[in-house]
Amino acid sequence: MPGLEDLYREIILDHYRSPRNRGELPSPPAQVAEGHNPLCGDEIVVYLQLDGDTVSDVKVGGQGCSISQSSASMMTQAITGKSLAEVRSLVRRFKSMMSIETDDDGDETAGASDTDIALGDLEALQGVVKFPVRIKCATLAWNTLLDAVDRPAG
Amino acid sequence: MTAATATTTAPATGTTFDTAAVKAQFPFLTRLIDGRPIHYLDSGNTSQKPRAVIDAMTAFTETSYAPINRSAYRMAAEATEAYEGARAKVAGFVNAGHPDEIIFTKNATEALNLVAQSWGRANLGAGDVVVLTHLEHHANIVPWHQLAAERGIELRWVPLTSDGQLDLSGLAHLLDGATVFSFSAMSNVLGTLTPVAELCAAAHDAGALAVVDACQYVPHNPTDVQAWGADFAAFSSHKMCGPSGIGALWGRAELLDATPPFLGGGNMIADVRLDGYTPAPVPAKFEAGTPPITEAVGFGAAVDFLEGLGMDAVRAHEVELTRYALTTLTDRFGDDLTIHGPLDLDVRGGVLSFAFRDVHPHDVSQVLDQANVCVRAGHHCAKPLMRLLGVAATARASLYLYNDEADVDALADGLDSATDIFGF
Repeated sequence: MPGLEDLYREIILDHYRSPRNRGELPSPPAQVAEGHNPLCGDEIVVYLQLDGDTVSDVKVGGQGCSISQSSASMMTQAITGKSLAEVRSLVRRFKSMMSIETDDDGDETAGASDTDIALGDLEALQGVVKFPVRIKCATLAWNTLLDAVDRPAG
Repeated sequence: MTAATATTTAPATGTTFDTAAVKAQFPFLTRLIDGRPIHYLDSGNTSQKPRAVIDAMTAFTETSYAPINRSAYRMAAEATEAYEGARAKVAGFVNAGHPDEIIFTKNATEALNLVAQSWGRANLGAGDVVVLTHLEHHANIVPWHQLAAERGIELRWVPLTSDGQLDLSGLAHLLDGATVFSFSAMSNVLGTLTPVAELCAAAHDAGALAVVDACQYVPHNPTDVQAWGADFAAFSSHKMCGPSGIGALWGRAELLDATPPFLGGGNMIADVRLDGYTPAPVPAKFEAGTPPITEAVGFGAAVDFLEGLGMDAVRAHEVELTRYALTTLTDRFGDDLTIHGPLDLDVRGGVLSFAFRDVHPHDVSQVLDQANVCVRAGHHCAKPLMRLLGVAATARASLYLYNDEADVDALADGLDSATDIFGF
């Protein structure tokens, strides 16, 4: 059985204790989406402010466990200032790291250009895949982000 | 819903069975993981199965499995006898007036849906009032929401006191004009035991039907549906040492007779014509298609097992162990641990939902898992109650007849590990 040190890395606990970019943004103009993890009742709200094609600000509300909260916190840092194409690429890379990519679905498979996007601190969440029940915690913010990207403001 | 100290007013009652010997009858609980025993504290979710139930189902499958109620050969008659024998055992276990007052369903959820869909659709229309409580889990909420959306019925809610008991001060007012009062006998989140007989009487005084969600209650307490004065009661095999896939609805005979069928199909008919059908008498009327036959046999074996221990002894064991758990957790963690729900053992069962410092329940459960301590983390299929508690989730340890003080100690030791990891 994998040890808890694989899951609860120091950087994860740091983001959990001191989440970055918590809060709300006025909508409109921000695009907003809510996500739920029906397994544990975690709820997350992603507020996405775009400047043209670029993420100029992002905030996260809701509540959840250390994994979902730290993943969301790291996500906000990783996508701020990025173009939507880069954001989508990052989502694919992150979900690929969580081993839930589907090879037979071209849209879901990480492309070669995706490797240009650095995961940085997010690599710390790699240990989550050893605890399959927690993968949904780690991906909750990311799936909600995709919903926000696809949702017009208002 | 918090209190720092456990009040333990219930009389001290000794365990009247040997817990170690009981535990040894559950193969799952003898399994070692990482060389260490399992501390299964999730019986409020589903219970483990004793050897007697496993063996009864295996033996039936190997030697006696055959269709019921539809074939003339001897083996089919034997299988039918086993199936109906299980019905009689389950009926006796809750003191039903007659075995035919027990309808086998898939689970308690389906039993409650049967009441809402079949009795409800025949008897409820726009403006009719159904009273529920804030203790209910989704199975006793959503079927009524569905009916409300379809029929325009009004739902009213009995609120809770600060320690998680039903606040009955406005009950007569809430029940005024009501057609149904459907409530839990025991909360799956807070462990609260409700005054079932009193609630049934209040329902009847108001002219309302009394529906009891007894799914958490029946596995842990002696049950007498006639003494309750209830009209319907729902419970499930898998929470009482029996297999999943089968549950029961008990209903008073005249009510079942007057209630239209639920699902349509084979077995539930007396006659089918091109222009219609005639339903079979109760209980077949409510059991369309081939039922879970082997599971019924297992359900019956579970009843035999529980009666062998004695439900008074099961309740006494759980009162003592709950007392030990409340005392241990309070002594070791003080204000760092909050137990939701009543602390008076007279009005609670062995379901302990708790908050531990500000560690998220999912993380609590993860850390406990390292020590093979199995608890549930989440909303326990009771999201309205979670919102009332002001939490998205709780960790829940639920005790049963096979748990002992070592299980509680392992829980407390595991919480110490959570403190280490989350760095307080």
